[in-house]
Amino acid sequence: MRDISRSLSEIVGENYVSDKPEEIYFYARDPGLMPPHKPDYVVVPQQVEEIQEIVRLANEKRIPVVPMGAGMALTGLVIPLKGGIVIDMKRMNKIIEVNEKARYVIVEGGTSHGLLKSYLEKNHPRLRHSIPDSPATATVAANVMIHGQGRLTQQYGFNSDMVSGLEVVLPSGDICKIGSCSLSPNWFSKGAPLPDLSGLFLGWFGATGIITKVALKLYPRKKMRDVEIFVTDREDLVPNMVYELTHTEMVEDINVFAQPMPMIFKDNHHITLFITGDTDEELEFKRKMVWDCLDTFIKSKDGGFMGIPPVMKPTLLDMPQSSVSRFADVKKGGGFEYSGPIIAVDKYPECSRKVMELASKYDLAYSAMARIIGRGHCMMFGFAFTFNRADPDMMARTRKALEEGSDFALAAGGVFWKPTIDEQRMTIEKMDPVTKGLMKMIKENLDPQGIMNPGNWEVH
Amino acid sequence: MRYEDIVHRCFRCGYCKFTADYSDFNCPSYRKFFFESYSPGGRMWLIRAWLNGEIQNSERLQEILFSCATCANCVEHCVFTFSDDLVNIFVAAREEMVNSGIIPPPVRDYLKNINISGNPYKEPSEERGKWAKDTPVETYDGHDYLFYIGCVGSYDERAKKIAKAAGSLLVKAGVSLGILGDRETCDGNEVKSLGELGLFQFLAQQNIDLLKEMGVSKVTTLDPHSFNAFKNDYPALGGEFEVYHYTQVLAPLMRSKKLSLRDYEVSITFHDPCYLGRHNGEYDAPRKILESIPKVALIEMDRSRENAFCCGGGGGNFFTDILGGGEDSPNRIRVREALNTGAQIIAVACPQCAKMLEDAIKAEEAEDKIEVLDVAEIVARALA
Repeated sequence: MRDISRSLSEIVGENYVSDKPEEIYFYARDPGLMPPHKPDYVVVPQQVEEIQEIVRLANEKRIPVVPMGAGMALTGLVIPLKGGIVIDMKRMNKIIEVNEKARYVIVEGGTSHGLLKSYLEKNHPRLRHSIPDSPATATVAANVMIHGQGRLTQQYGFNSDMVSGLEVVLPSGDICKIGSCSLSPNWFSKGAPLPDLSGLFLGWFGATGIITKVALKLYPRKKMRDVEIFVTDREDLVPNMVYELTHTEMVEDINVFAQPMPMIFKDNHHITLFITGDTDEELEFKRKMVWDCLDTFIKSKDGGFMGIPPVMKPTLLDMPQSSVSRFADVKKGGGFEYSGPIIAVDKYPECSRKVMELASKYDLAYSAMARIIGRGHCMMFGFAFTFNRADPDMMARTRKALEEGSDFALAAGGVFWKPTIDEQRMTIEKMDPVTKGLMKMIKENLDPQGIMNPGNWEVH
Repeated sequence: MRYEDIVHRCFRCGYCKFTADYSDFNCPSYRKFFFESYSPGGRMWLIRAWLNGEIQNSERLQEILFSCATCANCVEHCVFTFSDDLVNIFVAAREEMVNSGIIPPPVRDYLKNINISGNPYKEPSEERGKWAKDTPVETYDGHDYLFYIGCVGSYDERAKKIAKAAGSLLVKAGVSLGILGDRETCDGNEVKSLGELGLFQFLAQQNIDLLKEMGVSKVTTLDPHSFNAFKNDYPALGGEFEVYHYTQVLAPLMRSKKLSLRDYEVSITFHDPCYLGRHNGEYDAPRKILESIPKVALIEMDRSRENAFCCGGGGGNFFTDILGGGEDSPNRIRVREALNTGAQIIAVACPQCAKMLEDAIKAEEAEDKIEVLDVAEIVARALA
């Protein structure tokens, strides 16, 4: 063991290697509810060459390697289930290139979404990326690795759909470039017109390689941005409302939330719509289109636009929405977790009824949040429950509620997003056997020693 | 432990590590060590683990707790309702360690020296006021203000120059002030932040009793750390004084005829001291002073005011050096940021920041590019 520690010190410098109880404790867990597993070492590299050497060392010694961004998935994806080396990527946070005209950016894998947002606002004010509502420290590579979603998801799909190139350290330690960058200096496409190899890595949680660079597509940043909330107490009509809204193609992002507190929110569903424009005319035109498309629901008295109090607007327009993190303290306990299946939008009514049923059954505070993906192609529906970390009983009840939410979602045709290890097992069990076989083949060929984030996406 | 009922509430979301615009990591210890365990969220989780017996007091845990610069960036940026108590929680954990008697040797030595000598330098109290020799600054005798200097300004060679400049300038501006000289003792701000609450209370009470005995009603301090103790901690112990940092007294006097200023064509960037800025909300007074000097060009660093990056000297680290050393020590990062502005001078309003940044300039081998001066020293240069 001392040999490994010494070798890691030689690779990244002794200040950036730890096998001390303090780091072992912290990196054994994430803020969610999954049980801890201790790593043997934590390293914080700064160069891709260091990662190559770490992976080669791990291969030689046959010890697991777990890449970690901010560890905010909440579902235990960076908990080292079989020990080994946790690689904290956040020291690799350089913004390497912005191609203004081709609208893409190349960043190191540990770059945070917050840093990228800030950098673009200062240096490329006409460009933006799809920022998720996870905390600002969430990293770009980890977010695309888990198929995260963000502010531009309704327009352009999952954040991983906006990837335009990758650099990956393979389980062999070799560096592999994915997409146009494999033969061109320009990182404009992760696949087309080549075979799209990005699928060998995106969604695999590091089980097939470590993403060290990401090129992300950037999009026009309009000068103005505003938010409207359409409120309805008819959950059954929400899919129709979303259908009309997405048809306009006028909206930046569509989120639907339902929660019991404060009282004015109780029993209602809030379709939150973000609109943007470079001029007042553009903004007002979009606003009119949005209002008009929901007019029939207003006339039938099934909903209406809510006057947003001035104090609430900055919170809604905030990117990322730090209020999402504040949900963790509703029970003054520092915890929340959600089961967030990707599911058809027409399942919204069942999902929202289920989250309320689970909250009532397990006596939990809940928040239901749906983010529309693409033009209504699907949604992420979050069965979110907050818990008190100092209350083991509440944590146990939350676990049960989440498990039931997962069972429900799978039965309703949903697919787990950033699944826990148990949800991964459920997924693989239900999956078409040929697909499952293909996944097995990919994993075994890329990572024959099984050292990459083992436990995840293991097909037996 | 005090605040034990809060530590489990941290979600470790990490907003506490950043500036408001997320442009950089702004927690000095996280920025240096880069392990999550050295971030505010890491400390919260580890304090809880320690209290629960899941980890033990160790050299590493001591380094994690005592490398906090108490700069309050986390207080500024944490999104939770308990944010105001973050630094208090870290100090309370240090108290637990101090009470257990197992603390880092530099912390132990600092506290011991204060206990024995009333200052960390082990110097006799007779030396305290010697900096004022050959200046117009008198010993306090019913003046309008007591000018409280603090240990660093009293004993450190570099800081004594700042005390001379500030004291002389205030007198020239017509401020009636006097010092305690050899009757001054440590204000206790760092003693408290290092977790020795009993010693802090003893020191504070000594100062309060003396000031009351002397009939002091208004205090102005050289050092923002002293300012913080007098303003925020002494009232609870019966020390109700009007308290000002010296820049707050000087700023309104800059346009008076007593201070005749010449053109001073120089570019300056101001480094906000944490105990003047984030801890006490004073960002404008030093800037107003600098802006009053004709031809001075004030250039802001990327991180300033509420988002200023700490020099790494707070929370006792000026004396213990637990956070210092290496290219990523906060003072060197801050000097590189100042160099990026192209400014010729880093202005400070804290003798501890002055020393920290001067050391960093030497380490960066940038002596020919930039210098560190206290606001008072800059004004002194510009006097006609």
